[in-house]
Amino acid sequence: MSSTVLWYATRATGLVAMVLLTATTVLGIVTANRGTSRRWPGFARQDLHRRISLLSVVFLTGHVLTSVLDTYVHIGWAAVVVPLASPYRRGWVAAGTVSLDLMAAVAVTSLLRHRLPARLWRAVHWLAYLSWPVAMAHALGMGTDMRLGWVLDLCAACIAAVVGAGAWRIVLATGRARRTLALPSVRRRPQGVPVKHLTG
Amino acid sequence: MTRTSSTVDDDRSARPTPPPPAPELLGAWRATGRADLVAHVDHFGPLPAPGPGDRHWGERFAAALDASGLTGRGGAAFPSARKMALVRGRRPAPTVVVNACEGEPASSKDAALLSCAPHLVLDGAELAALASGADRIVVCVGAERPDVAVAVDRAVAERVGSGHDPVPVAVERPPGRFVAGEESALVSWLGGGPAAPTFRPRRGEVLLLGRRPALVHNAETLAHVALVARLGPAAFRSTGLPEAPGTLLCTVSGAVTRPGVYEVAMGTPVLDVVGGAGPEEAVGAVLTGGFGGSWIGAGALGAPYAPAPLARVGGVVGAGVLVVLPRSGCGIAETARIAAFMAGESAGQCGPCVFGLPALAGDLAALAQGRADRALPSRLARRLEAVDGRGACRHPDGVVRMVRSALAVFAGDAGDHLRGAPCPGHRRPSVLPRLRAG
Amino acid sequence: MPTTITVNPVACEAYGYCAELLPELVTLDEWGYPVVDGRPVPAHLVELAQQAARRCPRRALLVETGPDRVWPGSPPR
Repeated sequence: MSSTVLWYATRATGLVAMVLLTATTVLGIVTANRGTSRRWPGFARQDLHRRISLLSVVFLTGHVLTSVLDTYVHIGWAAVVVPLASPYRRGWVAAGTVSLDLMAAVAVTSLLRHRLPARLWRAVHWLAYLSWPVAMAHALGMGTDMRLGWVLDLCAACIAAVVGAGAWRIVLATGRARRTLALPSVRRRPQGVPVKHLTG
Repeated sequence: MTRTSSTVDDDRSARPTPPPPAPELLGAWRATGRADLVAHVDHFGPLPAPGPGDRHWGERFAAALDASGLTGRGGAAFPSARKMALVRGRRPAPTVVVNACEGEPASSKDAALLSCAPHLVLDGAELAALASGADRIVVCVGAERPDVAVAVDRAVAERVGSGHDPVPVAVERPPGRFVAGEESALVSWLGGGPAAPTFRPRRGEVLLLGRRPALVHNAETLAHVALVARLGPAAFRSTGLPEAPGTLLCTVSGAVTRPGVYEVAMGTPVLDVVGGAGPEEAVGAVLTGGFGGSWIGAGALGAPYAPAPLARVGGVVGAGVLVVLPRSGCGIAETARIAAFMAGESAGQCGPCVFGLPALAGDLAALAQGRADRALPSRLARRLEAVDGRGACRHPDGVVRMVRSALAVFAGDAGDHLRGAPCPGHRRPSVLPRLRAG
Repeated sequence: MPTTITVNPVACEAYGYCAELLPELVTLDEWGYPVVDGRPVPAHLVELAQQAARRCPRRALLVETGPDRVWPGSPPR
């Protein structure tokens, strides 16, 4: 396959993966909000989140394969999982690597979700909040198509979507927490009923 | 099962045989005021135990326990023989857990028992261990009662010192929270987990502590087991009622001049039990069973204090708790305080309990202060229905039962409160034990 | 053998998916937690109930086909 085709494929699959991963992240944030609506019931949001995440893995795989197979610049297979192993654009490729590693952990634990303790799954899943901005940094830092206006606008829209969804979730969560804390309290004194009177 | 003595006395004709002790837990303490091992053995005699090579002791013991009709004194009244049978002979060896956590604020009977007759409880635990093949005993005393733990430690040390310990005994101090004394919560804590009840969809399944089955008994139950072993089922059944034999320890508190722990025969009229503690004024109502129990009105006080007869008048024996409300007190206000306390004692695991109990407490507080809105009665009924039976343990169920009984017993008062004219008693200080917030 | 639905109240975190998928059998209380009444599941809903149990993010819905059980929390009625 000619280097030019691989070159275009890498960039295209990268951009599509970025959009899909943004959608996955937004849906993940929104799924955690309780509350149901007729058009968008909770189980449907969860389902969409899973399906889009799987689709983004497909495009991500394409992006990684085409970038390593393209011999115009040398990245090397090791750089797929080991950060800072690429001679080409070491730092920004490493950002992509780190993001991929985190995403792999999230994906594997999610596929095995019900066989793992719930706390482990949840802790690893929170790494998704780290992997998305690192992936975005990789996209912006590699800078290949960032001189194109529409690509920059696309990145800005992705960032706005995630930040907006995150803000909405934080607002909803603080409301819920405030309700739980309004427990009436009655203080408990240490002395109990005296034990001295014992009769039959 | 007759008393066995390890020494042969040649001079028996010169000394009259002392009468067997009465089937009372606090007999030795009342006679001598002492709780040490020597006084215990002097009064009750040595503990019957299997002789070497006695293969059928376990079966005889199980049969005696079954014949005695002893039911648990921890609140659930489960037949003790059946509980032991579930665990007998299982591998790996079970652990006997003596539950003296007593997270119920209105109950002090286990503390009293372990302070005044610890050896009877330890005898019972030993018998349960020998009969079920357990190889260790764990005594659990709430962390907020250090003096009781000291008494147990001392008793265990005495036994070790005089060679009386076939089964090793450890003393643990779980947190004194209300739900921490629930069976599954206690076993969870002993296993290194949180002191919170676990989800048990199958009733009758044995609790596991690690890989070992756990035999959890209330401390008082085990003391009765020791009595049954010494005196035999017939003597045990000589007090109490045929369907509820023996004595029980009950904690009387509230508006009485002599609050404390009393040992009474099952079936004694409630009025007599309460009367012995000296009510300060005319009794308005009595909270039976504990904070998760049920109120009974003054008219029901003639009922015998035993599970079935008390249930017929809407009361519950539970953990032997009686809180006396004076006629000048306000049952609605006390109920609201109890509900608020119980809401704070939720283990925090199950939504209906975490959200439902504070909601109920809020509604009851509004009712107590005469601030109820018109939708309150239906909202309260709906919430009671929503909370009942929807937790992993019976904590919310108890609160619902207590509130429903209050609405029945204090129906007249509730009507006044609803109309915005609460009784003057609602401003009186609370008579509830260990809760002195207004 | 009747099929029954039970909620594990400790695991449940009120996502509400079960009520969305099985409105005939599961309703939500005022705090968003599922209420099931212990009646046997009609045959035409068993497959859906099993799907709902698989979808619960906390695995808090139990669908069982077996002899009658007594739910420990509810008092005998």
